[in-house]
Amino acid sequence: MSEVISGGDMLLRALQDEGVKYIFGYPGGTALHIYDAIFRQQRVEHVLVRHEQAATHMADGYARSTGEVGVVLVTSGPGATNAITGIATAHMDSTPIVVIAGQVPRAVIGSDAFQETDMVGISRPVVKHSFQVRNAAEIPEIVKKAFLIARSGRPGPVVIDVPKDTTDPEVTFPYKYPKTVKLRSYNPAHRGNNRQIRKAVAALLNAKRPVLYVGGGVIQGDASDHLTELARALNAPVTNTLMGLGAFPGDDDQFLGMLGMHGTYEANMAMHNADVILAAGARFDDRVTNDPKKFCAGATIIHIDVDPASISKIINADIPIVGHVEPVLEEMVKQVGLAKDKEPDLQDQAALTKWHEQIAGWRGLHGLNHDMQVQPDDVIRPQFAVQALYKATDGDAFVSSDVGQHQMFAAQYYKFAKPRRWINSGGLGTMGFGLPAAMGVQFAHPEAVVACVTGEGSFMMNMQELSTCLQYGLPIKILNLNNQALGMVKQWQDMQYGGRHSSSTYSDSLPDFKKLAETFGHVGIKVTKASELEGAMEEAFSPALKQRLVFLDVWVDPREHVYPMAIKGGSMEDMVLARADTKEPS
Amino acid sequence: MRRVIAVLLENEAGALSRVVGLFAQRAYNIETLTVAPTEDATLSRVTITTTGDPEQIEQITKHLNRLIEVVKVLDLSEGPHIERELMLVKLRASARDPEARAELKRTADIFRAQIVDVSPNTYTVQVVGPGSKLDAFLQAVNPSAILEVARTGVSGVGRGDKVFGI
Repeated sequence: MSEVISGGDMLLRALQDEGVKYIFGYPGGTALHIYDAIFRQQRVEHVLVRHEQAATHMADGYARSTGEVGVVLVTSGPGATNAITGIATAHMDSTPIVVIAGQVPRAVIGSDAFQETDMVGISRPVVKHSFQVRNAAEIPEIVKKAFLIARSGRPGPVVIDVPKDTTDPEVTFPYKYPKTVKLRSYNPAHRGNNRQIRKAVAALLNAKRPVLYVGGGVIQGDASDHLTELARALNAPVTNTLMGLGAFPGDDDQFLGMLGMHGTYEANMAMHNADVILAAGARFDDRVTNDPKKFCAGATIIHIDVDPASISKIINADIPIVGHVEPVLEEMVKQVGLAKDKEPDLQDQAALTKWHEQIAGWRGLHGLNHDMQVQPDDVIRPQFAVQALYKATDGDAFVSSDVGQHQMFAAQYYKFAKPRRWINSGGLGTMGFGLPAAMGVQFAHPEAVVACVTGEGSFMMNMQELSTCLQYGLPIKILNLNNQALGMVKQWQDMQYGGRHSSSTYSDSLPDFKKLAETFGHVGIKVTKASELEGAMEEAFSPALKQRLVFLDVWVDPREHVYPMAIKGGSMEDMVLARADTKEPS
Repeated sequence: MRRVIAVLLENEAGALSRVVGLFAQRAYNIETLTVAPTEDATLSRVTITTTGDPEQIEQITKHLNRLIEVVKVLDLSEGPHIERELMLVKLRASARDPEARAELKRTADIFRAQIVDVSPNTYTVQVVGPGSKLDAFLQAVNPSAILEVARTGVSGVGRGDKVFGI
């Protein structure tokens, strides 16, 4: 006998049956039946945010740090449109979230009713898929499909648009959560083609200058262990994309650092000079390749991706492998082992040794060897602040970031040892992501140390969530690299616009962040001298403040630029390495 | 390069908007588009004619396949196939000018077209064939006589025994 319950209750029951623990949301007219259903149950906890965009980033942070689907609930109209930026963020970085949006009752859809907006239409280009509930009886099946689509294949956001009358408490249906659903048109690739895998393994074993170029897909696909094994078996250097940081241990000798626009000199030089590149779960983003026409001309490209549309989209793959990275890499590890058992001298060890020496040489030339000593002027270098965070957290924190210079410094100097620890908006580059994403992470990992590296520009885009943090007791540590400017914009203006700082500075109007944090009921600490930074860090991460949100307002050198920086229109070896040789890019 | 792409699509509300949206969003070209349910009422068949270099066409088919409601995609122009389009043309043909009327009738006959509606002032002609034949018909009649043109867009199937279905 199945229960007979309303559409709103079915929605909640379905979420329970999916194992959902948290819904991040904000109530409003068309969602009120659902909110009442939330009130009348205990298994799913609702987290009340202060702005719907933040709810989507929280669900996103939750999803990125766990691999589980994050859930959002918003009302129609402005609630739905406010969620769009977060949905687009999740879409670009392929994170699994399900966004449930209220909608006006079916009878008035299309009549420009109060708080009506075409959510399915508005979200269409930035979702993996979307549903509108047309019959309340379909709610359990739609939820099942939404979660399946969100988490499988190349993950992504799914929207469920729920007209208010389909959740009417007076109208009831027999509830049964389907065990499986059939989607005849949706069969994400799983195992890769074996012949392609064999070809790839042969190419890697014969390589004299191999590089493993590893993206967020390896993290999303839980394939870090296999990737690490493969890198060891091949004795190949590894570079991670911004999204892939943590997929291979950041403190490992085989690790080259991040590649791309602000990648390390050695990572970009290794890519440019490689003879075989294995791209795993990476998509040859324009922030990686620089000019695709000049990209690594001499290399044989092997590309593993679960999404066939990512393969040969930007760079032609010589050996494409469509499949889930986890089983594909597992098979590659197996085949490399078998081949080496049969023929131990298969790899050209002399060439590999020479290759590692060459890379060590490049590393010596730049290698992010920023002078980390406290300078006589006692000014805080932002890189120094990130290193201090790394030290204070033993390199083992979950770190979210916003977007800009601080994001690049965090990516360069916090050496992530494990996957799912680095949470940032890589594809869409969404300022305002960092704090709410960290909140989602903290909900998922209540005992873990969660830090948010931000800048004052990004932070002010979602700082209202400090109030949510107080409500739910989230002890996030916020490291605000305060340079009193929109640093990355200013850097581009310095380098490409003759130093004309058009709308990138506002130092005379910044709030006192220490007081701001205190007003929201948190701890604020202001640091302006390098010599005081370590002490402030110790205090922020001290047992006494373990349960408190601490806002570290760290005033850093406003002149600092992020280096290396790719020279626009060049190849991967074309980089500006330091301020001294800053010039107009060719 | 011109391509004819056939798509089997779940016959559901909103599915077509995803296909059309994909072309708009990724700046792919649509020259013609037809859509109607198939003999299986759960499926619609869409035929799109587009232009692009081979890499672009590959991306188009991949992205189409990525849409959840797209069941199957076939680039018909990869093999021998038949294309047909239907056109209704309203032509000025006054009953007071029998010679002009007769000329239009002869032209229609040459194109195996049919006159499907007649009024004291007009003929409405139905022309069926590949797009190029429809173009040729429009060039063959006096341009000033053309009052209205309605074309369906191209529909197509592959030649021979091979069947595009599920």
